[in-house]
Amino acid sequence: MNNLIKGEKHDWEMVIGLEIHAQVKSNSKLFSSSSTKFGSSPNSQVSLVDAAMPGMLPVINKYCVEQAIKTGVGLNAKINNYSVFDRKNYFYADLPQGYQISQYKYPIVGEGKVTIDFKDGISKDIRIVRLHLEQDAGKSLHDQNPSKTYVDLNRSGVALMEIVSEPDIRTADEAGMYISKIRSILMYLDTCDGNMQEGSLRADVNISVRKPGDEYGTRCEIKNLNSIKFIKQAINYEAKRQIEILESGGSIEQNTMLFNTSTGKTRPMRNKEEAHDYRYFPDPDLLPLEISKEEIGKIKSSIPELPDELKNKFIETYKLSNYDASVLTAEKQTSDYFNETINSDPELKNHAKIVVNWITSELFSLLNKNNQDLNNSPVSPENLGQLIKLISTNEISGKIAKDVLEDMFSSGKTARQIVDEKGLQQVTDQGEIAKVIDEVIAENPKMVEQYLAGKDKLLGFFVGQAMKLTKGKANPKMLNDILKQKLNKKN
Amino acid sequence: MKIDKNTINKIARLSRIKLDDKESEDYIKDLNSILDWVEQLNEVNTENVEPLSNISSSILPKREDVSNDTNSSEEILENAPDKLEGFFAVPKVVE
Repeated sequence: MNNLIKGEKHDWEMVIGLEIHAQVKSNSKLFSSSSTKFGSSPNSQVSLVDAAMPGMLPVINKYCVEQAIKTGVGLNAKINNYSVFDRKNYFYADLPQGYQISQYKYPIVGEGKVTIDFKDGISKDIRIVRLHLEQDAGKSLHDQNPSKTYVDLNRSGVALMEIVSEPDIRTADEAGMYISKIRSILMYLDTCDGNMQEGSLRADVNISVRKPGDEYGTRCEIKNLNSIKFIKQAINYEAKRQIEILESGGSIEQNTMLFNTSTGKTRPMRNKEEAHDYRYFPDPDLLPLEISKEEIGKIKSSIPELPDELKNKFIETYKLSNYDASVLTAEKQTSDYFNETINSDPELKNHAKIVVNWITSELFSLLNKNNQDLNNSPVSPENLGQLIKLISTNEISGKIAKDVLEDMFSSGKTARQIVDEKGLQQVTDQGEIAKVIDEVIAENPKMVEQYLAGKDKLLGFFVGQAMKLTKGKANPKMLNDILKQKLNKKN
Repeated sequence: MKIDKNTINKIARLSRIKLDDKESEDYIKDLNSILDWVEQLNEVNTENVEPLSNISSSILPKREDVSNDTNSSEEILENAPDKLEGFFAVPKVVE
């Protein structure tokens, strides 16, 4: 694997770490009872605590704590029995308190790791430094009025999990795979809805470049990226920018950058002279968060099967490749669909690879084309299972099955119905196939001559002709075998 | 630790407080005497003593995850000096 970027004098390597902000899936906010619902009218879900009215006190949401612990377990991480909430102080219009309640020195979750899988079967571990709980800020709209900023505090106080990785990532693709994997784990655990468009999952990227083997270079941080595509674009642009500076003899200034999604470029944030001085200190309104071993044990035992476990199970049970299994388990809806399909008929267990292909290539491309999701697929797992069984029992050919699937997709009929109605059963009657072949041979004496003279390629022509006569329904293997037999007899 | 003019200016800026020269001098004096007083604690030997984080034996109270469905908009915006269609309106802050 070559992850290096060609430079003028030598190659360059990127060093990347991600801070992912994942909104906790909960009904109410981290320290107040306001609703967390997305898309409500502005400032309709703001309690006196969220608006930081004097004298209001935060009370922690038990469920958010459990969600953070669950996520920690999913990241193979250490759950800390003791953690502390700190105040991170800064002024901004969408932060009424003047500080964000976060965790600094003592986070709720410590070191962990996640594994990413490459197409060629290789895997790589990305280490997690920590996960901590914190409040989200409100939302500012800057582009509505030339002299005003509009502020909506509905998001203010919603619980976030900040997941910080070690700088173990080396390419933009790896960064994309890492965030996809985190998203997948969060969604299996049901601790975050993973909706990047709505901002439930967003990331800050720390990136530097170096000559392979050297010490880490000076890094820049790109803030607030909310799609995998933008994360990759921003990384590639920023790495190029840093390499250009270094190769022309300059040095990198540690900076916080913003990514412009329409130009695809990064630029430094202004106000850098006000270098961040957050003055963290323990929040006097909140006692330390103590979690007993029993509580952690209880949460651990409630954890559903995670993508990696499921992947290994698929590999073992169905002899699938690492890559196929990781594609199937990347999203919970895909692995659920696969499970339902393969369990719809005992026969299908012996054709797992075919089931995978029909889901991940044929069905996915139909869904894509029609802008639909597996969750509301017009073809149910049982119906797809029935179609695959028709293929595996040689009742229809794979080629015809594709047309049948399209028909199922648009008409909602079952595979059986369509095959019966249209008479698509494969012809497996030896005599019938032989008859057709005789016809083809009789009609093309010249071709037969050429074939016998050594032009082997013509076999395809005969197959094509015979298929045409049977409307594509002849069993391809039988057709081939009989055709060869008959032609060779002529010799 | 001693508070000097630079430090007091920095603290004032971080706190968004405007100080004139006379006030700065007063605060330097005040803060230094507070720090001097606290520094007496350095005389106590705290080796092998766990930091005390909590003087009561109470534990962090927790809430169930129940949301109330009241619409807060009117109440929350009541004191806002400027608002528009349910939003707070503040002087432009653009990064």
